Amino acid sequence: MNKVFINGISAISAQDEDIFDTGNFQEFSSSIVKAKDQDYKAVIKPMMLRRMSQAVKMGLYCSKKALTEAGIIQPGAIIIGTGQGCIQDTEKFMQSMIESEEGLLAPTSFIQSTHNTVGGQIALELNCNSYNMTYTQNSGSFESALLDSLMLINTGEETTVLVGGVDETSPAFTGFQVLDGQICKEQISGPDLLKKDTPGTMISESASFFVLDAKKQEKSYACVRDVCLKNRIQKQEPEQLILEFLKSNELDISEIDAVILGNNGDCRYDGYYSGIQEAIFSKTAQLAYKHLVGDNHSISAYAMWLGARIIAENRIPEAFQINHVTCDKIDKVLIYNQYLGKNHGLILLEKP
Amino acid sequence: MCAVAVTGMGIVSSLGKNLFENYQSLNTGKTGISTPEILQTNYKDLPVGEIKINNTRLSNDLGLNPGHSYTRAALLGCMAVRELLHNSGLSEFDPGTGFISGTTVGGMDMTESFFDQFSENSENLRYIQAQHPGFTTEKIAAYFGLNAMVTTISTACSSSANAIMLGARLIESGRLKRVIVGGTDCLTRFTLNGFNSLKILSGETCKPFDENRNGLNLGEAAAYLLLEADEMKGNRPAIARISGYGNANDAFHQTASSQNGEGAYLAMKKAIEKAGVDPVNINYINAHGTGTGNNDLSESVAIKRVFGDHIPEFSSTKALTGHTLGAAGAVEAVISIMAIQNQEVFPNLNFSQPIRDTGLMPETKLHSKQLNYVLSNSFGFGGNCTSLIFRNE
Repeated sequence: MNKVFINGISAISAQDEDIFDTGNFQEFSSSIVKAKDQDYKAVIKPMMLRRMSQAVKMGLYCSKKALTEAGIIQPGAIIIGTGQGCIQDTEKFMQSMIESEEGLLAPTSFIQSTHNTVGGQIALELNCNSYNMTYTQNSGSFESALLDSLMLINTGEETTVLVGGVDETSPAFTGFQVLDGQICKEQISGPDLLKKDTPGTMISESASFFVLDAKKQEKSYACVRDVCLKNRIQKQEPEQLILEFLKSNELDISEIDAVILGNNGDCRYDGYYSGIQEAIFSKTAQLAYKHLVGDNHSISAYAMWLGARIIAENRIPEAFQINHVTCDKIDKVLIYNQYLGKNHGLILLEKP
Repeated sequence: MCAVAVTGMGIVSSLGKNLFENYQSLNTGKTGISTPEILQTNYKDLPVGEIKINNTRLSNDLGLNPGHSYTRAALLGCMAVRELLHNSGLSEFDPGTGFISGTTVGGMDMTESFFDQFSENSENLRYIQAQHPGFTTEKIAAYFGLNAMVTTISTACSSSANAIMLGARLIESGRLKRVIVGGTDCLTRFTLNGFNSLKILSGETCKPFDENRNGLNLGEAAAYLLLEADEMKGNRPAIARISGYGNANDAFHQTASSQNGEGAYLAMKKAIEKAGVDPVNINYINAHGTGTGNNDLSESVAIKRVFGDHIPEFSSTKALTGHTLGAAGAVEAVISIMAIQNQEVFPNLNFSQPIRDTGLMPETKLHSKQLNYVLSNSFGFGGNCTSLIFRNE
């Protein structure tokens, strides 16, 4: 079975990528947070850029950066995880359809509304005829994409896979999430988000892309050892899920050096994390990230970006750590995420 | 080579609410295309493949309490999976059973209905999450108590074909022993207006592969297959096997297919290579054949490139079912397996004159034929092209 190396990475989020080096982070005065603007013109033609929604722009930008870093021109597969897909264009088309009462409509936003627009546009830009897939399963979207990627490389079907998670926000659709309590009414970001005792969280835009390869490079960040996706478990069950997952990888809990958790300050569901934080991970370095970059359906891809850098640099940035356990040598990192008590994902990274 | 067993299936489409009714319609060439009665739209005269059972009746049939948050695609999905369970020889799904569903619009029917009313009526809030396709998949999973691996593929009109391919790969890799794969999509004003804005909807029943074809008819359906590792199957029969699959990207245009049908060509080639057969062994192709000028020409060119002088018998069944978008790949997988079970080729309706540039002649009459290998094509927006090969057990 071929190992899977991470040879190129790129992430766009509400924070600068150098948060990892500087530890400086921005706090937000809204519970819906946009991604930091990038120098998109540097890699995307201005003519094309104008028509592109945020998700397509971010996806294309990160893809190119990750591919360049890995020295890959054409990947053997392009696999995307996105929970909301291209909601900006979906919203645009739906709004004009409703406002015009099914009148004469321009097709552009409809054309760009399908969930696989990001994957399709990357293929178009790279002129890449290879395998192209898009997963959309709430907070399991990126894990689904990653599972497909692992199967392709593990079995030797493909050697190089471009995989990414991307989600954008849009005024009305994201706004609806305030109405049903997914987004909190308070405007809290930073460490305080994780301490609040109310429902809802901060929702954001992000994109994190990776070039996975069967071949190790000198600068490989980490290996993706395994991934697991489970639709529904009870609040007391993450421990069992994690232990079984580690056992199937012939690992003991003590071998995990750091765990990256999906705490998002939603008092109804953070209990999925608190049980394991107090029990099996009490002696493990614990990290969180949603207080800095918000939550969305593919944000666990950001956690993988974080985990990959932690392993590569053997260092845990202070802004992300939520306990006081120190760790000299970081070989193995586990990522656990869920949203609204469903779509639980585990990703296991290790030193290459 | 791949040989994943298919041990059950279920379908609801405009041809009927179960396998038997669908087969009857395919067998008699009775189209499911009509005009919208359940879908609330201004386009009352546009032909669609609509399932004439409203959501209330579907909910009652499934025993759901009023106040549930099942989208129409979820209701249709539950109907099809229930039939699959009944004919799979299982009494229930074991806890490890995976569920992979393909869909394009998911619960957009609810989003478009309540878009202006979410803030006014708190009862509607239960449909806010329906906007993302995974919600519809989860609803179906919850109905059958499927808590293990659940995921959704959304690659436009190849979504459920890709779900079937992923299922086969999960079984082959040993990651799953049993998985339900397929897809569901319902008619929405969003898609009807969308395709209308692209000017590719026909005002009459579509004419796949005809020189004078003038567009597609949208449809709605749900169809699922049960895939199993042989050790799980035991003595229960396989109704067919998945022997090959391939996905490629046309990398030409967000919605249009390339002139040389590169994506379609590569997908078919990959599937045939995976199946480990010679192209001459493919006995029948259930084509994507939407009835649009662009698709049918591009697909014809691709078929000619793959098969040369030995073009297998082929037909598009979309003049019967309509184009059911994300569900189309699974609908046509069920039709392909029915073709194998009955050793019959189903007709391509409304054909009279071959496309001038390619001259391909689809099968227009129901007839018996020895079918060992059947290839099914599904292509979608974003250049996504998938081919599946089913073989007789």
